[in-house]
Amino acid sequence: MSGEKHITYSYFPGCTLRNKAVELDRCARVSAEALGFTLEEVPDWQCCGGTYPLAKDEVATKLSSVRALASARDAGHSLVTICSACHNVIKQVNNDMRTDDSIVQKVNNYLKEDKISYHGETDVLHYLEVLRDVVGWDTVKAKVKKPLTGKKIGAYYGCLLLRPGKVMQMDDPENPKILEDFIRAVGAEPVTYSLRNECCGAYTIFEDKTIPAERSKKILADAEEHGADMLVTACPLCRYNLIKNKGDSKLNVVYFTELLAEAIC
Amino acid sequence: MLESELAKIKDEILSVSGVNPRKCMCCGKCSGTCPSYDAMEYHPHEFVHMVETGDIEPLLTTKSLYTCLSCFACIERCPRQVEPAKLVEAVRMVVERQRGPQHLEAENVPGLIDGDMPQQAVVSAFRKYRK
Repeated sequence: MSGEKHITYSYFPGCTLRNKAVELDRCARVSAEALGFTLEEVPDWQCCGGTYPLAKDEVATKLSSVRALASARDAGHSLVTICSACHNVIKQVNNDMRTDDSIVQKVNNYLKEDKISYHGETDVLHYLEVLRDVVGWDTVKAKVKKPLTGKKIGAYYGCLLLRPGKVMQMDDPENPKILEDFIRAVGAEPVTYSLRNECCGAYTIFEDKTIPAERSKKILADAEEHGADMLVTACPLCRYNLIKNKGDSKLNVVYFTELLAEAIC
Repeated sequence: MLESELAKIKDEILSVSGVNPRKCMCCGKCSGTCPSYDAMEYHPHEFVHMVETGDIEPLLTTKSLYTCLSCFACIERCPRQVEPAKLVEAVRMVVERQRGPQHLEAENVPGLIDGDMPQQAVVSAFRKYRK
């Protein structure tokens, strides 16, 4: 961070980072402090629901996101997310609150009792975007104490980080490089493979376990064929599906914040 | 189902999805890119065609409503911005909002999870498989 100004962000951890993915959260926080920013947890945040409500007339399912967005605005901060699902849901709801008058009116009617009126004022940033756009890859590189030299790492974006591209605006949805740049910054070598931005099967474990099993096998085999030693992800459900369906694949799947903390802390 | 009922359901699907199926130019890219293609009885391009032609009854009971991954691949890659996944979601909404038997009952969840499963999986399934 060139100006050496310490920035505080509002932070939405989400349900999984408080439970099954505590390392994703813990490593993010310690790395943030090492890099000169603080993640201040949104008070009384509520679960985002895991998937963005695609139906145009859904209102109640968007309220938890709006409450977090309004809380960040009132604190004067941008809102940072880490989990791919939280990021996708909150960023898309924020877009609705910027562009869809009907949703804005209905949501704000609901939230009157909480004295909240929100119109999309908050900027939503994924932790990776903070690294790229605020901290800068060069600063990350300069902070690395233990470079992950020699490791060949495949970036697994999955579906939620990048799409829909016109709303998420994180990177080119078909030819992304933010995770590859991250991998380079921590001293490892990125491995590009074609299924890096295709879905792992997600919540269909509740419908038919063979769907994530087949998806995961294909993704792991593709990454392995291209020479990856491990995969890195921001999504707890991707990690779960890939690990559960690993079969005889040798690839480990880790959170990007674990690599970051390993390299800089 | 009466034709008048089906016409009402079609209107509901179009309104809830915000999709205009007439924009479709039948290129098939949505189904070609669908990662769940093999698990779907009716594929994304078929949702578009069947809603447009009013052939809606088979969609109300198809397992495809629950095997769509909401991964935004067909939404992103449709060259005509038809966004088929929004139609799948709207048909699912028509079914789930009847509040009949839920597709996923809460009491069945403990039998479907293991100690490693992230909460994200459960909340997503609740959002997709019940109302």
